[in-house]
Amino acid sequence: MALLEVKNLKKYFPVKKGVFSRGVGFVRAVDGVSFTLQRGETLGLVGESGCGKTTVGRAILRLIEPSSGQLTFNGQDLLALDREKLRQARAALQIIFQDPFSSLNPRMNVGEIIAEPIRNHLKISRTEIGRRVAYLMERVGLHPEHKRRYPHEFSGGQRQRIGIARALALNPSVIICDEPVSALDVSIQAQVINLLAQLQEELNLSYLFIAHDLSVVEHISDRVAVMYLGRIVELASDQALYQNPRHPYSQALLSAVPVPDPEIRRRQVLLEGDVPSPLKPPAGCSFHTRCPVQNEICSREAPALRDIGDGHWVACHR
Amino acid sequence: MTALSILQLLRCPPAEIQGRILFGGQNLLDLDREGIRRIRGRSISMIFQEPMTSLNPMLTIGEQIREAVRAHTGVARGESWRRAVEMLRRVQIPGPDSRARQYPHKFSGGMRQRAMIAMALCGDPQLILADEPTTALDVTIQAQIMNLMRRLKEEFQTAMVLITHDLGVIAEMASRVVVMYAGQVVEEAPVQELFKDSRHPYTQGLLGSIPVIGRKARTGRRLQEIPGMVPSPLAMPSGCRFHPRCPKVGGRCDQQAPPMIHLGEHRRVSCWRETQNTAGKASGLEKERS
Ligand SMILES: Nc1ncnc2c1ncn2[C@@H]1O[C@H](COP(=O)(O)OP(=O)(O)OP(=O)(O)O)[C@@H](O)[C@H]1O
Ligand SMILES: [Mg+2]
Repeated sequence: MALLEVKNLKKYFPVKKGVFSRGVGFVRAVDGVSFTLQRGETLGLVGESGCGKTTVGRAILRLIEPSSGQLTFNGQDLLALDREKLRQARAALQIIFQDPFSSLNPRMNVGEIIAEPIRNHLKISRTEIGRRVAYLMERVGLHPEHKRRYPHEFSGGQRQRIGIARALALNPSVIICDEPVSALDVSIQAQVINLLAQLQEELNLSYLFIAHDLSVVEHISDRVAVMYLGRIVELASDQALYQNPRHPYSQALLSAVPVPDPEIRRRQVLLEGDVPSPLKPPAGCSFHTRCPVQNEICSREAPALRDIGDGHWVACHR
Repeated sequence: MTALSILQLLRCPPAEIQGRILFGGQNLLDLDREGIRRIRGRSISMIFQEPMTSLNPMLTIGEQIREAVRAHTGVARGESWRRAVEMLRRVQIPGPDSRARQYPHKFSGGMRQRAMIAMALCGDPQLILADEPTTALDVTIQAQIMNLMRRLKEEFQTAMVLITHDLGVIAEMASRVVVMYAGQVVEEAPVQELFKDSRHPYTQGLLGSIPVIGRKARTGRRLQEIPGMVPSPLAMPSGCRFHPRCPKVGGRCDQQAPPMIHLGEHRRVSCWRETQNTAGKASGLEKERS
């Protein structure tokens, strides 16, 4: 059984249509997303800006309320839990953010930041909390002696470590990593990626790893899902997806990644135009307006995500 | 920062700029405001990372490009509009006639960057300084813009200084590469040599630390790390600025800044290890810093 199962998740944000009209439109940020996450596994979630990655992550944690869908965690229906049960489930599902600068409270020192979730969830003594904070700081490569320092006294990479320590505080089984290295200097990214990989191995964590950097995602993930305009268009093992992408969008996306080797000349599938607005997604397959191989059915009918073998899922009529 | 000082966008105070910036034999630092203004946009122009901050939200895209056209060529209003639309067409904005009448907020990130490029090109510059021109864009849009820049570079016969942290972009766009660390040049090489045979431990560390698609199967999940952190400009390490993070640190690295060693045409490195290598071979050890 999967540790986390997401079924047909939708999130529509209501927006006013115009200054004078009363009409309300909907941004279909997430429009029917399904996947599973196994224990100890990393599922990468990629796609271009605005395709709904962050919204998926936040809806799973119910930081924003899903419009519809099913979320099953450890056999429990997350959307049906009462407040106390939800509080407990939340301890097991954690998140780390892209921007370590704005996600930490600047008025709390590091010890307080890491201790906060422990204090809120567990009834343990101050000395025990202190011990746990020291352990967590050490675990993520920070000096426990620095616990009285404030976030601004740390570098970007260290702040991301603080965020990771805080996320680990309640022994979670799932961590949603939303662009955890995107804001970091290139020379620091490898440190944080290695730390996440090491913690996963030691603590058997599951990651939903959201990023737009396709090389980073390939490196850390066991399976990868590609999103376009609120939907998953392809989901496969990292090898199958990167060696043999089947959806025309995945093909274009992967062919666009610049290769850090001047001797390799890649063959690019160049896409025309820009991503359509999620306020008015195209009818049928939402990719058909930019698809190099679309035909007549594509503008009428949305293709379902189907298994073409070996756990390789594609949503395409071809 | 380096690019900004070339065009004196950091005119002092408070920035203090020393040295020489030679463009076509002339030292740009000797020019007054008016002299720089004449160079900027016409002989040298710039493309920035976030085009929204360099576009005026109150003017249509067409008006802004027309202004640039007029500033550089002094042609009549009607003609300058025609040229502005033509520039938008050349940077492949579909429907340039109607797009020219729109305000920047109606443009997507990729289209804004195209408009910026159109503006940068309308003075027919000899040199373009492009500062992270694709960093804020999605990869598919980045690929479009990179193709466009490559094509226009040929078409307009312009030289380009491309500033980026993305080694993939470097590998695809550059012919020569200068690597900087903490405000200083540490290495320069033709692009192929840099990726095959880098000499500075910082360059080597960077190349080893980035994930490369398809490499995991061979090297495992652990990436090579550059330890430590980027030094603050207010507290630069003594000696070689990279020495606290350098896996090959030795002898005098923490005391004395290494000289720049010239290894060949467009090939130089600033590292004490290279002085030992080259001293043995009795090749020319040139000191650039005094
Ligand atoms: N609170 C909100 N109200 C209205 N629209 C929203 C809200 N939050 C997100 N959206 C819209 O939902 C869509 C998906 O946004 P989301 O942040 O999930 O994308 P993303 O894939 O994480 O993008 P990025 O790569 O830029 O982080 C976007 O069109 C966004 O503008
Ligand atoms: Mg996001």
